[in-house]
Amino acid sequence: MFHVFMIPVLKKIDMQNPILRICVFISFLIIIPFLSFSQKKESEKKEIPKKESTDLMDMLEKEIASKPVTNYTTATFKTTRLINAHSIENVAGGVMDIKISHRFGELNGGFYELFGLDNASIRIGADYGITDWLMIGLGRSSYEKQYDGFLKMKFLRQSTGKKNVPLSISGFAGIYYNTLKWSEPDRENYYTSRINYAFQLLMARKFSEGFSLQLSPTLVHKNLVPLATDQNNLLSVGIGARQKITKRMSINVEYYYQIPGYKLENTVDPLSIGIDIETGGHVFQFIFTNSTGIAENQYITGTTGKWSKGDIHFGFNVARVFTLKKTKLKETK
Amino acid sequence: MKLFYSFLLTCIAFSAGAQDIYFTRTGKIEFHSGSSIEDIDGTNNEVSSMLNIKTGDMAFTVLVKSFHFKRALMEEHFNENYMESEKFPKASFKGKIVNMPALNVTANGSYNIQTEGELTIHGVTKKVILPGKITVSGGKVTGVSSFKILLSDYNVIIPGVVAEKFSKETEINVSCVYDPRS
Repeated sequence: MFHVFMIPVLKKIDMQNPILRICVFISFLIIIPFLSFSQKKESEKKEIPKKESTDLMDMLEKEIASKPVTNYTTATFKTTRLINAHSIENVAGGVMDIKISHRFGELNGGFYELFGLDNASIRIGADYGITDWLMIGLGRSSYEKQYDGFLKMKFLRQSTGKKNVPLSISGFAGIYYNTLKWSEPDRENYYTSRINYAFQLLMARKFSEGFSLQLSPTLVHKNLVPLATDQNNLLSVGIGARQKITKRMSINVEYYYQIPGYKLENTVDPLSIGIDIETGGHVFQFIFTNSTGIAENQYITGTTGKWSKGDIHFGFNVARVFTLKKTKLKETK
Repeated sequence: MKLFYSFLLTCIAFSAGAQDIYFTRTGKIEFHSGSSIEDIDGTNNEVSSMLNIKTGDMAFTVLVKSFHFKRALMEEHFNENYMESEKFPKASFKGKIVNMPALNVTANGSYNIQTEGELTIHGVTKKVILPGKITVSGGKVTGVSSFKILLSDYNVIIPGVVAEKFSKETEINVSCVYDPRS
């Protein structure tokens, strides 16, 4: 389904363009160390000397080793969002995740604005897992009075054992519809001008129990852009990382590099830092970011605040998970 | 090389008396850790175990990750927060039946047994004595056991906020149907 979405979009991109080609090449370069890393580990494993013993536990271990199973990596990130951006995680099949995201105003508003607390941009959304590998979501942001819908699909899961896969890959497709009043009501306006699209390839690897890294090449298509000189297809590469500090807490960082020539005039790259705190069925994310918007088309291609000038928003995401369909446990034969 | 290894393995197997060893990959372990507030039930159908019916030696090992729950989030918390399955991927029991009956696999029968051994959960090994029952029926050997453990004995820490969802003791049920090891 995702492919069907992508084809018309990819056709629109001119692959003859040298900058785009360089971008593709660079993303390949970034993937290569991921691959070689896994091979090194495999060779290390082979060198374990075989101990001969009549001990029953050793025999059992040997018997198990003779039929290896695939061990899938789980919990690469704590939730489906790293900070603003989507992580490779999905909600499980039959699970609904209600998310309330809140970004206060800018810290440099000073005491008059109570350091931004007087203003807020909110997104309320619900995500649902149709299966363990396919999730959908709907949301509404107060910023630009925008509605959004998305679909996220897992293609590949990091694993060791029988199947050795070095990284997880997911695809993301989103559609956005803003309902602001027309800025120029006198001219002929089309409803299609309100529509934006975002497509992402999410690639992540859990390097260790505590550290995970994600790369997200992204295409945002805007049907209407502010300037005649602006591109409609906007390209960027996101990089995100999480480091656990305790079992239930982690520090996250996320940055999107907008490719020069494929970004809107007067926008800057979004940079966000956050802390995840998990308590039972809730996950709290406390964050600092330079973007006001929370949806993909807003924070990736529409951020104007600069960290250097103190245009920093404090914010939080609160998520609560509801299990709508319980998994049936398999009975033994 | 493959031939050599299989030869080697055969030698080892025979030296232990291959015909005495019974084996399964599909043993079952269930546990109940919940209280009246919430059911916390995990099931694992991929328990590997070996039993020597002559000597009474037994070994069990299980991947913590292959415990499944009705709620996906519970499964994630079980692995991430409580059992730390990345750090301690396996739980195991290695022991011996102290009152091993003289088993005749051709005759059906049922025997109450007592096992003594080392139970390893969450990286902590404890000496335990566990009750059980062995049943022989149609050439198959079935072993079952029910016992209770304290999570605190195995360094599994339950935070105060959720403590009332857990019962004091965790009930564990083990059931394995063994086949002769070929």
